[in-house]
Amino acid sequence: MTRKTLLRTALFCAGAALVILGIANGGARDVLAKAVKICSECIGLG
Amino acid sequence: MGRRRRGPAPRRLIQLYAALLYNAHLRGFAEGKIYTGPLKSVCVPGLNCYSCPGAVAACPLGALQNAVAASADRPAFYVVGLLLLFGLLLGRVICGSLCPFGLLQELLYRIPVKKVRKSAVTRKLIRLKYGILAVFAVAVPAWFALRRLPLPAFCKFICPAGTLEGAVLLLLHPGNGELRAMTGGLFVWKLAVLVLVLAACVFAFRAFCRFLCPLGAIYSLMSRIALLGVKTDRTRCTGCGACVRVCRMDIRYAGDGECVHCGDCISACPEKAISFRAGKIVLRGPDIPERRERL
Repeated sequence: MTRKTLLRTALFCAGAALVILGIANGGARDVLAKAVKICSECIGLG
Repeated sequence: MGRRRRGPAPRRLIQLYAALLYNAHLRGFAEGKIYTGPLKSVCVPGLNCYSCPGAVAACPLGALQNAVAASADRPAFYVVGLLLLFGLLLGRVICGSLCPFGLLQELLYRIPVKKVRKSAVTRKLIRLKYGILAVFAVAVPAWFALRRLPLPAFCKFICPAGTLEGAVLLLLHPGNGELRAMTGGLFVWKLAVLVLVLAACVFAFRAFCRFLCPLGAIYSLMSRIALLGVKTDRTRCTGCGACVRVCRMDIRYAGDGECVHCGDCISACPEKAISFRAGKIVLRGPDIPERRERL
């Protein structure tokens, strides 16, 4: 296994772990709560 | 020799399909309302405003800023993890093939006017996007998070995709008088940024993508280790620079952080050293040519 493949695999596992942790700590729910409302500030309406 | 078929290139079709898939809530355009289903807890890989009436999922950059803004309460594991996975699997193939705003920029560049070619100046300007990522997408939201004030600074002050897909499309709907009443100085500023960016894209290839996009900056940091993308066989490469000359992005070599993996360099390489790969699998290379003419 090359160094690049090893790094990619390690980071992939870290990414997957972060997503799982994020779902567990309510991160996905936060994304949903924000995305289902029109964010007037985000689109420049003040 | 097989006869070449006419029609859009596969990459262009992928760009179109991605734009349609990201914005598949077609009813939203007719009703002037956004989708509010559970899919919006997931981010798409490309820049696509979640306040667009058609958007069926969240924008990763908007979600990142909001996650940073909420980081005083909970760490931004979910969005950072998603960005890491997108970057490692697809890298800047996302910019080249899966970003609706990238598609729009490429279509604008087809307007026949005198073009601004890449140069030493544009090579310096590409650093701007890393500054915008650090300041507007991370530092300012984090600073205001300490004061318990959510401020998605990139979305609020810069993002032209949000202005176009979110604000303009919503404001154009006759039923959104309430939103129209909210327009003020900030909207005028954002509209000016949008017009400037779109105008720049007519003259310079993917001007927003090259110089301003923080999402491109994130993916470019992971581009060298991404699974999918244009790769150069170092044993064949003679360093002739044919790939750099044919490329319209500010690359130093095919497949670097600035490369959006369009594959234009594959046929330009005289040594047949460049291919489009998923790990060790060659998807497109000198021996597996693209089957259609470019659009």
